[in-house]
Amino acid sequence: MSFSLRTRHSVLPGFGLALGFTVLYLSLIVLIPLSAAFIKTATMSWEAFWSTVTAPRVLASFELSFGAALIAAVINTFFGLIVAWVLVRYDFTGKKLIDAMVDLPFALPTAVAGIALTAVYSSKGWIGQYLEPNGIKVAFTPLGVVVALTFIGLPFVVRTVQPVLADLEQELEEAASVLGATRWQTFVRVILPAILPALITGFALSFARGVGEYGSVIFIAGNMPMKSEIAPLLIITKLEQYDYAGATAIAVVMLIASFLLLFAINLLQWWARRRGGQDS
Amino acid sequence: MSSKFYSWIGALALVAASAAQADTTLLNVSYDPTRELYADFNAAFAKHWKAKTGETVSIKQSHGGSGKQGRSVIDGLEADVVTLALAYDVDALAEKANLIPRDWQKRLAHNSAPYTSTIVFLVRKGNPKGVRDWDDLAKPGIAVITPNPKTSGGARWNYLAAWGYALKKSGNDETKAQDFVGKLFANVPVLDSGARGSLITFTERGIGDVFISWENEAFLAVKELGPDKFDIVVPTISILAEPPVTVVDKVVDRRGTRKVSEAYLQYLYSDEGQDIAGKHYYRPRDAKAATKYAKTFTKVALFSIDDVFGGWQKAQKTHFADGGVFDKIYQPGK
Repeated sequence: MSFSLRTRHSVLPGFGLALGFTVLYLSLIVLIPLSAAFIKTATMSWEAFWSTVTAPRVLASFELSFGAALIAAVINTFFGLIVAWVLVRYDFTGKKLIDAMVDLPFALPTAVAGIALTAVYSSKGWIGQYLEPNGIKVAFTPLGVVVALTFIGLPFVVRTVQPVLADLEQELEEAASVLGATRWQTFVRVILPAILPALITGFALSFARGVGEYGSVIFIAGNMPMKSEIAPLLIITKLEQYDYAGATAIAVVMLIASFLLLFAINLLQWWARRRGGQDS
Repeated sequence: MSSKFYSWIGALALVAASAAQADTTLLNVSYDPTRELYADFNAAFAKHWKAKTGETVSIKQSHGGSGKQGRSVIDGLEADVVTLALAYDVDALAEKANLIPRDWQKRLAHNSAPYTSTIVFLVRKGNPKGVRDWDDLAKPGIAVITPNPKTSGGARWNYLAAWGYALKKSGNDETKAQDFVGKLFANVPVLDSGARGSLITFTERGIGDVFISWENEAFLAVKELGPDKFDIVVPTISILAEPPVTVVDKVVDRRGTRKVSEAYLQYLYSDEGQDIAGKHYYRPRDAKAATKYAKTFTKVALFSIDDVFGGWQKAQKTHFADGGVFDKIYQPGK
């Protein structure tokens, strides 16, 4: 490997050192802790592992965790784009303030977010008291989980799309307009391809964050078995029984599923980038 | 100037050295609602120890969910003593990490539980739904708040109290007990993961008619949130909740703190220790303190977990392990 490097004469020196550091750093921060989960799981037999992760309650929790994270990520992708658009394209008083507000879900301790959301959406809360009589229950239902995940995932989409939108040259849109494109065509053919990779990144980040989220969800979910139990709660449940292997088994399934999904999203992004001609 | 400087350093070093000799620091790893109890007790014990031996001891406290605290100690948190919510979490120290001998619970009087509590009901002021006893909790139209017994040690006491009541009432009919507890849990709209979460759901969110609670926590809630908002209802029969304490042998032997740690726990049984427990709404074991606080605590028929369930290990396995009775109550399609 080092031979091919030397012959290629990279303009940027220090590849070996940088790669070595990257691998070391990733190992220390990511791989070693994650491998501990796999090692703990390996203490189980295959049958025990399989019956743990396919128990009806565990399957229901996977469905909720991944399903709610997916819905929340879709919502965030749509509305996050609108927020980013408004923040980039328009000038208005209080813009700086709104811009700063977008980051709040990042900064707020998730438990605080969960308690605040539950307070607002429970049957006696500000919003909940109007929703409940109309048959819409938010707190303590899967819908509440989606609300919490939407809340914590919003900044990911806004913050990834915003800089790309800001870099976008408005001349392109003017040119499209001059060449006779409708507004819709301009958006779909000119703007969307350029921001699609960033949008997909934002979606993926929002989704990944939602799958593993615990703090904010646990207060609003209600934690009813088979209905509103998220997978991380079942991990805690196993730990309360000192069943370390069972807990890590669920974690391993979540890890693998998340990795596969993120990998697929990365492929999609790579494809979008090539198609959008934004290869940089 | 420099000589003065050095003498300062010397004095500092001397102070540090003497402090290191005389000062012992203990870590008491406990569960959530004992924060104020141990803040008081630690001060009392430090004073007592100073008077008795001339040594200065300071005690640090760590609080959290009982199971989580137990796991922290197993994973290496250097606790000299643990004071947890249930024997099951202390058993784990023996089983998973060999930190203490298996017969730890026999080392101190009264099952190593110097103070006890029981399970009572917190209801809204004036008791609008007329809740008197466990039966009322399983009636239709009553919303009951309790945490998930699978994640909360405290909630396991709640569940077992209900089960024990149903057993006594039906003449030890397990099927009827399961039916009763199933009906009770069908009335639970939210299963928070811990007791604090449930308390918030009941008090702040205004959800539910009854909150099943440890007696000492019910008293604290009424005291903090206002006696004009909630009442405490004591059922006819309830469980004797024994939060146990023990020295962590491996840690105290390594740190050389066995003597003071053992004295610390012994002092919980002393007149002063018992009085502090009573002051913080735990039922004292000692007759003298019990008489003093007799007005606070309603008389109730208590059964112990050993009598009815054959100890924590067995109760845990039958009721709360995966596939156990509690899971059966929540079978899909039910």
